[in-house]
Amino acid sequence: MNAAMFIQHFLNSLTLGSLYALIAIGYTMVYGILRLINFAHGEIFMLGAYFVFWGLTLVHLPWPVAMVLSILVTAGLGMLVDQIAYRPLRDAPRISALISAIGVSFFLQNVAIVFFQAIPREVYRPEWLENPILMGDVRVLPLTLFVPLLSFFLMMGLVYIVYRTKTGLGMRAISRDLETSYLMGVPVNRVIAITFGIGSALAAASGIMWALRYPQLQPIMGVVPGFKAFIAAVFGGIGSIQGAVIGGLVLGFIEIMTVAFFPELAGYRDAFAFILLILILLVKPTGLLGAKPEDKV
Amino acid sequence: MSADVIIKAEELTMRFGGLIAVSEFSAGIERGSIAGLIGPNGAGKTTCFNMITGFYKPTEGRVLLNGEDLTGRPPYEACKAGIARTFQNIRLFGNETVLENVMIGCHMRQKTGWLQAVLYLPSYVKEERAIRKRSMELLDVVGLADLASEKANSLPYGAQRRLEIARALATSPSFLLLDEPAAGMNPQETQELMTFIRDIRSRFDLTILLIEHDMKVVMGICEQIWVLDYGVTIAQGRPEEIQANPKVIEAYLGEEYVSHA
Amino acid sequence: MKTSTKISLNLAVTAALGLFLFWAQGSLDGYKIQILNLIAVNIILALSLNLIYGFTGMFSLGHAGFMAIGAYVCSILIMTPDQKEMLFILDAAYPWIQNAHAPFLVAVVAGGLTAAVAGYLIGVPLLRLGDDYLGIATLGFAEIVRVIANNIPRVTNGALGFKGIPDYANLWWNFGWCLVTFYVIVRIINSNTGNALKAIRDDEIAAKAMGINVFRYKLLSFSIGAFFAGVGGALLASLLTTIDPKMFLFTLTFNVLMIVVTGGLGSITGSIMAGVGITALLEWLRFVENPISLGSFELPGIPGMRMVVFSLALIFIILFRREGIMGMREFTWQGARNLLTGKRRAS
Ligand SMILES: Nc1ncnc2c1ncn2[C@@H]1O[C@H](COP(=O)(O)OP(=O)(O)OP(=O)(O)O)[C@@H](O)[C@H]1O
Ligand SMILES: [Mg+2]
Repeated sequence: MNAAMFIQHFLNSLTLGSLYALIAIGYTMVYGILRLINFAHGEIFMLGAYFVFWGLTLVHLPWPVAMVLSILVTAGLGMLVDQIAYRPLRDAPRISALISAIGVSFFLQNVAIVFFQAIPREVYRPEWLENPILMGDVRVLPLTLFVPLLSFFLMMGLVYIVYRTKTGLGMRAISRDLETSYLMGVPVNRVIAITFGIGSALAAASGIMWALRYPQLQPIMGVVPGFKAFIAAVFGGIGSIQGAVIGGLVLGFIEIMTVAFFPELAGYRDAFAFILLILILLVKPTGLLGAKPEDKV
Repeated sequence: MSADVIIKAEELTMRFGGLIAVSEFSAGIERGSIAGLIGPNGAGKTTCFNMITGFYKPTEGRVLLNGEDLTGRPPYEACKAGIARTFQNIRLFGNETVLENVMIGCHMRQKTGWLQAVLYLPSYVKEERAIRKRSMELLDVVGLADLASEKANSLPYGAQRRLEIARALATSPSFLLLDEPAAGMNPQETQELMTFIRDIRSRFDLTILLIEHDMKVVMGICEQIWVLDYGVTIAQGRPEEIQANPKVIEAYLGEEYVSHA
Repeated sequence: MKTSTKISLNLAVTAALGLFLFWAQGSLDGYKIQILNLIAVNIILALSLNLIYGFTGMFSLGHAGFMAIGAYVCSILIMTPDQKEMLFILDAAYPWIQNAHAPFLVAVVAGGLTAAVAGYLIGVPLLRLGDDYLGIATLGFAEIVRVIANNIPRVTNGALGFKGIPDYANLWWNFGWCLVTFYVIVRIINSNTGNALKAIRDDEIAAKAMGINVFRYKLLSFSIGAFFAGVGGALLASLLTTIDPKMFLFTLTFNVLMIVVTGGLGSITGSIMAGVGITALLEWLRFVENPISLGSFELPGIPGMRMVVFSLALIFIILFRREGIMGMREFTWQGARNLLTGKRRAS
């Protein structure tokens, strides 16, 4: 493998890793606060991509407008899902909410099939993302740079919210101890809603960029990236935003580089993440940066 | 004395991160006696129970039952060796009937398993019937025989505590640990409980260690008492010695009270 | 009520089921018989998941994986060597795959046992995990099984899968296995070992304090559940006569979970009722997805509608009737008699 190819793979890994990271953040934030695996998160990612497609083809919006609108609508959708399907189950056994989430996941996926049909659709890419940039021997699609950059800015925004605003303080308090936060006057329900909103917005952003990068839309497109991002979140230490980012990037690199160096393993590509998951759960269930949950008798 | 010691804790220490919940707890409990473990909230009493019953692996120290080292063995092995316990916050099998709760306690010493059950072998039928009978007898002892087919979580509080004891007895223990058995009981019930504890001790040849905040119970039935404060054993002795110990009074009531008294 | 009375009643019901099947075999059309067959298989699957999740409290999402294992093992064994030679067109099968052959009963048992061994092997590391992590990890296991099935073409014929699997799984086989599953699981949960499993479900810590080797019993329950899931998969393969890795997606597990939750976690009766009801519902909903012609006018089918209705139903049940149809209650002859005679409670 020559240097040019390596750089190519490196950039691809970075792109894929950032996309995973953006989705993983949503999983990790919700799990950190509610101890709920938001199974429907992959579908939120998928719908974010479809909304842009609608904006472009039905309403003929310009790209940036469609993108922003889609992110907002998806954020609203994420909050709605929480209100309807999870909030009534806050006091129920934890698995009930998880089953509800599985139900929502199938529901959204199949609603998408009903509306958009199961056939994959091509995505139109704006021209400025199409023309490769030449850097010496390396041909780089602007997209491969655009995705990590935009992801980086979005993550910075998130870090600002979580560590510099009152809402962020609320999030961190709730993830420590929901009941106490409630007693201390943290507007728990509002903070949870905002958490879902932010997580869904990031998933939408990821979905849109995913659709640009692998220019295809289909209703089941959220399933596999959703799982992988969840695994990335577990790998990084669920509940930790930094962990989710690191986990996403690591997973992106593992996937691309393994296939690059061992092409004969390409068929097993979708199994890597799950094998990684099982290994982490066995070796270090708290992940890289996660805190150890207490197990009191 | 050492010949008659059934259970021995040797310098048990439990650390949680920076917190030392229990520090060098040593005790030898005489066979057939009723002993007490007292101390203010958070003193480390339940943690001692958890180390003895295998729920926590002590950071340091050993637990010996009849001279056999049980340190670090899982809870079910401690139970098999003859240590049974109740929990401070009652932990019954809520969806099961009162009778089934006790039968579960008998399970550990049952010889026939699932395969015999599927094949419906006579040995299985016979043993299961014997277990049922024994469990009913135990329920009779704690006065719950009439409620045998009720769901455990539908019982009133006092009955739940007694069921937990019956269930522990079903494991045929030689050493029984009771974590705050009188909590939430009125004086009348507490009085009955004291008689009951003495009663089961002689009926089942038990040695009993109990944690209790109600001093009437502790002073009334315990022959030996250990006092913990912030994880440290501050006193040990017979009830009257403990009652007269200024360190204990201080731990419970604060320094002020002692100096003013 | 006397034990002998109960036994006679149970035998009477079994005989009635036999008569019904005999009648169905002779007078119902193929489509209806197929639905009956699917009902039997779904009840097997639901009972096995209920043992794992409903009675032992282990949230497992790996059923599709066990079913796949059972289905592949059974299919390989019941197809003739000649048939396999025709089937493996891209990559020839390994000789031992090519030549393996066994009667249907042996093949189904082999499928179940292989699944049970797989259950045991993944159970050892995974069953230490808590509820939601266990769910995700077992789901991961099922996905890994699928990916592997895709990538060992000399065993599984890769993405093409198998076609023309002998259709031995008739009403008698399916309901026979359904009865066996029912019998074994009911015997286990009504024994004191079953009490131990329920104890683990209700309070793991207390179960440990009662001397129960929690891990061992979890492993036992998980392996037995995996066995019957494998059996269900094996029967399904012979019933549908085609299998491929795509068939064993998460949706398959979802359907089984739906039946168990609808029936009631920890209720055998509930699993059977929901097994019948939901299988029928799923088939009925198929009509929604196919084009409907009203005279000359044709309504187009709506793909995806079936799962939309289905998943909505699951969300509704979880939100508004979490205990399902039966909660943890069971049908008993005594209960039926009390209901009939209007007595509230009798000995
Ligand atoms: N698993 C654990 N992890 C961290 N800290 C623990 C754990 N278990 C107990 N502790 C801490 O150890 C200390 C002793 O707790 P313990 O429950 O033994 O007290 P106790 O004497 O039983 O009090 P109480 O009378 O309130 O029951 C407490 O500070 C408690 O917070
Ligand atoms: Mg305590």
